[in-house]
Amino acid sequence: MLNTYDFPEFDYVQSDEQKSGQTVRHTVVIVGAGPIGLTAALDFAAQGLKVVVLDDNNTVSVGSRAVCYAKRPLEIWDRLGVGERMVEKGINWKLGRVFLRDQEVYTFDLLPEDGHKIPAFINLQQYFLEEYMVEACEQNPLIDLRWKHKVVSLHQFDDYAEMVVETPDGVFTLEADWLLACDGANSDIRRMVGAEFTGQFFQDRFLIADIVMKADFPTERWFWFDPNFHRGQSALLHKQSDDIWRLDFQLGWDADPEVEKRPENIIPRVKAMIGDDVEFELEWASVYQFACRRVDQFRHGRVLFAGDAAHQVSPFGARGANTGVQDIDNLSWKLAAVVRGEAPLALLDTYHAERAFAADDNLLNSTRSTDFITPKNGASKRLRNAVLSLAESNEFARPLVNSGRLSMPTPYLDSALNTADEGAWTGRMNPGTCASDAPVTVNGQSGWLLEQLTGGFVLLALGVDVEPVDAGAFTPKVVSLGKDFEDTEGLVSERYDAADGAVYLIRPDQHIAARWRGFDAESVKAAIAKATAGAIQ
Amino acid sequence: MSLKLTPNIESPDDFYEVLTDAQRDMTDEEANDMNARLIFVLANQIGNFEDLKQAVAIAK
Ligand SMILES: Cc1cc2nc3c(=O)[nH]c(=O)nc-3n(C[C@H](O)[C@H](O)[C@H](O)COP(=O)(O)OP(=O)(O)OC[C@H]3O[C@@H](n4cnc5c(N)ncnc54)[C@H](O)[C@@H]3O)c2cc1C
Repeated sequence: MLNTYDFPEFDYVQSDEQKSGQTVRHTVVIVGAGPIGLTAALDFAAQGLKVVVLDDNNTVSVGSRAVCYAKRPLEIWDRLGVGERMVEKGINWKLGRVFLRDQEVYTFDLLPEDGHKIPAFINLQQYFLEEYMVEACEQNPLIDLRWKHKVVSLHQFDDYAEMVVETPDGVFTLEADWLLACDGANSDIRRMVGAEFTGQFFQDRFLIADIVMKADFPTERWFWFDPNFHRGQSALLHKQSDDIWRLDFQLGWDADPEVEKRPENIIPRVKAMIGDDVEFELEWASVYQFACRRVDQFRHGRVLFAGDAAHQVSPFGARGANTGVQDIDNLSWKLAAVVRGEAPLALLDTYHAERAFAADDNLLNSTRSTDFITPKNGASKRLRNAVLSLAESNEFARPLVNSGRLSMPTPYLDSALNTADEGAWTGRMNPGTCASDAPVTVNGQSGWLLEQLTGGFVLLALGVDVEPVDAGAFTPKVVSLGKDFEDTEGLVSERYDAADGAVYLIRPDQHIAARWRGFDAESVKAAIAKATAGAIQ
Repeated sequence: MSLKLTPNIESPDDFYEVLTDAQRDMTDEEANDMNARLIFVLANQIGNFEDLKQAVAIAK
């Protein structure tokens, strides 16, 4: 299978340290070069950290797996220099339709407002995503990417971790001040540190197939409950790049994965969905069972967890890779500050606080969608069917239809790093929220607000005079409306409730730390101290 | 007619979860009985006879 994509084979190179037998202590070692480990390598390097990445394989994700990437991870990848390529190659979409049998019952628009650099969602095969990031890693002198390096054991000490790594040349020992485990849902590292990974398994099976076809179905997400072509189950159709389409058939718990995976059984199902006369080729197929689980602590001593190693969700809502990338966005500036001795360990513990909170939000949403799609018992099936049958002709029931609530960033509303608002504000930019993009003009050229909010903490002055604030390593860059950029379309002012003037303190991961109506250097300093867990006085 | 037919349930996903969680460990018959009781609780909140008649017609 896979006629449209040639899997790259990356070279295994024996490392100097294995050759010489001299154990080396690295600052940061990332285990796993999936989407999250690769994002971490790029982001840590962007923070100036040297990283070693170990992966037990030597290619990209086999089969397409993830398809949909949301705006926020794409913004992060854009900051890391790989986002534009993804958006260019990917399929841009924002409309989803839900059908009951062949009746449309519900439509959603993911980005009802204009004025964002990055689209609401793109669809792109996971192997392209990984390939682009591997290329970017290979060009980065701070990143040492090592294929066919499998971590086989781990031992933790007070201030470092020691691991035994197996390569085609045998085993060797490697040490790391910090180890980031991005080794996926079946994480070996998680088992090695004895972390708990608990949650819920769903008693259902899904056939996921990617097919190549030239068809003029619109680039929308189509989800069917109980379709005429696949009675009693659900189904999904979604376009990817290069004329590949993702098909998803719910099979029920009693289906035999081995039998269902055979092309002679898949092809009739596909034909029933897309029509007998549409030509297609089967590219790749697999049968999945889904689970929603989370690790107990995102930090175990010197070992940090991110991505599927930290949380596994069902794919309804496209949350897996999307939320994993945001783990890295949250972690990288904190880890860099702790490594450089600029911030206390307490800052790193807020990684768990904020991202476990986000993971729980994702797990909750994925669990609810999965519960709706695969009801647990007769009673919930009856309620589900009642909602669907009402939704056909009654608008009021449509918001209850749940075929996946698509990934949005979880605001850290209760985070200890936030400074509470004083006075009244309107709009969405509450402390703990991810900063919204908006079109701006910089030196007469059109640009985007988020592109200005990079390189550490930022003090965003909107119609208020501010002065530089000295906060040591965390001294914010001042970005002023009218000086550094123009709000040509007025959308910055609108989205940031700044008609009467506003000053925002924005974290390195582009989340709002604090905001005020006027400027006061002492308040800004206090907010930076808070947002860095007391790194400055 | 004053029965609301546009979306009006506050946090629909939360409500749906409360409902399915309540019935998670129930047999079909127990769940049916609970649904019937729930109808009367909600009907009492609506109160108005014309509205209730219309609601019955929609559900039928
Ligand atoms: C059918 C399906 C559809 C999906 N759709 C979406 C979607 O639309 N959007 C979305 O965001 N997500 C989606 N996901 C989820 C997404 O694929 C995962 O969340 C994502 O791959 C997680 O990335 P990761 O880097 O954490 O782990 P992985 O991709 O699992 O990578 C882990 C890496 O670690 C390596 N490794 C493992 N053990 C070791 C070891 N001991 N030593 C060294 N290396 C090791 C592995 O070889 C692998 O390269 C989907 C998943 C599936 C299955």
